[in-house]
Amino acid sequence: MLKTTPFHPRTAALCDSHAWRRWAGYLVASSYELSHEREYHAIRSAAALIDVSPLYKYRLRGRHAGALLDRVLPRDVARTAVGQVLYTPWCDARGKVLDDGTIARLGDDAFRLTSAESNLRWLHDNAAGLEVEIDDMSESTAALAVQGPAAREILQQLVETDLAALKYFRIVSAQLRGMPVTISRTGYTGDLGYEIWLDAAHALPVWDALIAAGAPHGLTPAGMLALDMARIEAGLMLIDVDYVPARKALTEAQTSSPYELDLGWTVNLGKANFVGKRALEREARDGPAWRFAGIEVEWDAFERLHAAVGLAPRLPPAVLRASVPIYAGSEQVGYATSSGWSPLLKRYLALAHLRADRVAPGTPLEFEVTVEHRRQRAAARVVKKPFFDPARKRD
Amino acid sequence: MPARYDAIVIGGGHNALVCAAYLARAGRRVLVLERRERVGGAAVSEQVFPGFTFSVYSYVVSLLRPEIIRDLDLARHGLHILPLESTLTPLPDGDHLLQWNDPDRNHAALARHSRRDAEAYDEYGHLMHEMARAVKPILGMTPPDPAGAELGDFAALARLGAHLRGLGAEKFHALGRLLTMSAADFLDQWFETEALKATKSASGIIGTLLGPRSPGTAYVLLHHYMGEIDGVFRAWGFARGGNGSVSAAIAAAARALGVTIRTEAPVARVLIDNGRAAGVVLESGEEIDARRVVSGADPRRTFLDLVGERHLDADFVAAIRRYRFRGASGKVNLALAEAPNFTCLPGNGAHLRGAISISPSVDYIERAYDDAKYGEVSRRPYLDIVIPSMIDPSMAPPGRHVMSIFVQYAPYHVNGGWTDARREALGDAVIDTLAEYAPNIESAILHRQVITPADIERTVGLTEGNIFQGELSLSQMFFLRPVPGWAKYRTPIVGLYQCGAGTHPGGGVMGASGRLAALAMLREQA
Repeated sequence: MLKTTPFHPRTAALCDSHAWRRWAGYLVASSYELSHEREYHAIRSAAALIDVSPLYKYRLRGRHAGALLDRVLPRDVARTAVGQVLYTPWCDARGKVLDDGTIARLGDDAFRLTSAESNLRWLHDNAAGLEVEIDDMSESTAALAVQGPAAREILQQLVETDLAALKYFRIVSAQLRGMPVTISRTGYTGDLGYEIWLDAAHALPVWDALIAAGAPHGLTPAGMLALDMARIEAGLMLIDVDYVPARKALTEAQTSSPYELDLGWTVNLGKANFVGKRALEREARDGPAWRFAGIEVEWDAFERLHAAVGLAPRLPPAVLRASVPIYAGSEQVGYATSSGWSPLLKRYLALAHLRADRVAPGTPLEFEVTVEHRRQRAAARVVKKPFFDPARKRD
Repeated sequence: MPARYDAIVIGGGHNALVCAAYLARAGRRVLVLERRERVGGAAVSEQVFPGFTFSVYSYVVSLLRPEIIRDLDLARHGLHILPLESTLTPLPDGDHLLQWNDPDRNHAALARHSRRDAEAYDEYGHLMHEMARAVKPILGMTPPDPAGAELGDFAALARLGAHLRGLGAEKFHALGRLLTMSAADFLDQWFETEALKATKSASGIIGTLLGPRSPGTAYVLLHHYMGEIDGVFRAWGFARGGNGSVSAAIAAAARALGVTIRTEAPVARVLIDNGRAAGVVLESGEEIDARRVVSGADPRRTFLDLVGERHLDADFVAAIRRYRFRGASGKVNLALAEAPNFTCLPGNGAHLRGAISISPSVDYIERAYDDAKYGEVSRRPYLDIVIPSMIDPSMAPPGRHVMSIFVQYAPYHVNGGWTDARREALGDAVIDTLAEYAPNIESAILHRQVITPADIERTVGLTEGNIFQGELSLSQMFFLRPVPGWAKYRTPIVGLYQCGAGTHPGGGVMGASGRLAALAMLREQA
């Protein structure tokens, strides 16, 4: 049997669609309603409540907790302030990405690392000789994301802490209706939003409090299908979909460096040694062969291909997580790994791996679409990520 | 001295703003002059009652062209269209009809009334999809004149002809029937459930002084069916923050493109110099010159008020006078202390997030029309209701609601004319009608705003309160809109153009007239 999250008694009761999917060994809702449409729109117009408990969570404590993270992460952890959160990938010795997640500095010597995959053994291996205690809190910590323009208004009703003072990528301890939680101004939607971290024992009362306070503001439980579209609009990549973690890669070609994933900004080559540094120095010097970019399929071209066979354009109803070839002339210059129709932007978007000489915004490309069983190419072009970046995310 | 502006756009309605934005996008210096204190025309959101935001006039979005959303980057400027997922028709006997966007849910809901209709629904939907596809290219083209002699006319007609021939005989003949039949007759071919026929036929009469049994209304059914969201026809949506946010997003996009927008700047007349539009004179007396002038006002206001008969041929003036308005509808906006509680489906739920239609039978609507035919407000009117706060809670304080009630028939030419007493009587007729289905409505009302066609004319400037800037009937559509020979956004006055819904393709919060007008102007200049 798959594991269920601490919110399962609530999410299962809501799941009219009976559509579930797997996430890190857990069962999570794809959508609660028959279609994920309303859940998606809630993220952008009101607020969505998303169970993100399947994330792995590690607590690192001790004199050398920061040193351990600085040893394994490309970002500069030593200079992180207490209460700060960093997004970061991490690499193997070849400089290839193993996983990505966040670290939150909860105290001088206390951190929480979140990840998509299990990293306990890897953390222990790298902690040799360091005074650090590593606890796997994955099952005992529940996590909920409240994402959308009304997120602050909803959450503020339940906590004394002034959320307006909580800046983007900062974290704070709070009491939510008397229950201890930490609240980070983070999320996977590119919108105003928070993630709430709590003891699994408090999961149900926290859920109920949020629903009661949030329902009048349009708070809507949302599943993975809705989240998937929002994260593409936000230009955020997904492990196993947009990149193959180095541990799972079967060939060298399947692996990606941070530079190839457009994450060069997370790599601090100025700091002391960290796993993969030497390889990344080399790549920074020579330049990556591949880059990760946003693509927009041109609507008129897409519509014309359908009109030619007497059809109205057929849009993918949900995010397509299959690899799609991208061409420039007769040559294949890359492949999209996530693509979908943004109901908000009215644009057909994709996240794609492209040859490094093809990533300048505006570069004309061709995107493969299958129309009536035939492979066709629709005009597309490189556009800047994120596709949607509302000011409220940071304000 | 060269003019400060390449173009002045008269009026700040959504089409005018779209036109201005497209002109500015092509590098033109554009000034928009709006009479009211806010832009938007009939697409405005106002806090009529503190804490409650109303889409005061137009209240849903369907026909807004996706290319406009993309071209002007309207999402970045705050536009978000939310789906309307159902239509509830409460019935006098306590039963109800529910239509859903979800096909399985819809099938089950219809089968409760008629298994036949549940099956026919899919076939009907299929045909209408085909019809919408057949007609859709017309929405995106400047109407060619079949009697015209311009080279462009021949080319466009040839393309259109090829497109229509490409439909095949069956679809082409179906289109022919659709263009000529009444909505009721057309729907009779498919369905037996009265409430279903009535609710569907209602889209054929919206905004028009015709009944569901009047020939020509089947086409209007299609006009509304063509509303397209994400490639799905017949999809209706609701703009977050009300329909004013559509206008606000277009205005923000226009400003970002360099358009100057002045509000409280009513235009008194178009400056005409040697038969050519040279600018405008404001009511304040201020003169502003421009190389071109575009009017977003309706044809009657544009030509008879702003230009003046003395500058126009008598034939043209006569044709403009014949252009029909005959506003047929009003609006009741309610601030509610609680959600309405329908006897047929008690309590709060998904059914309140969609449209609610008071249209129990075709006879009911036709009788409502009978009253209007003879100059009376319908005793039992057709109502199209949405509760925007159910979809977008920011429209009202938590737990409270705003309700938008479109009401028809409330004829502009009412016997004795519109008075305060008649306005209140219209409000009462609406509330009495609704209370038969949702008895808690009266006690839930915190504030009531009743808008008659005369109010629409006075406040928004739409002649006779016609919500489409002129009746959407076949005799004044496509190359006949607003008048034959002048359907290409040009006017008999050189340098003066029209960009409102009084031009092809017509009304609805669509933006197509504004865009096509701008493109036509830019083509001429090229």
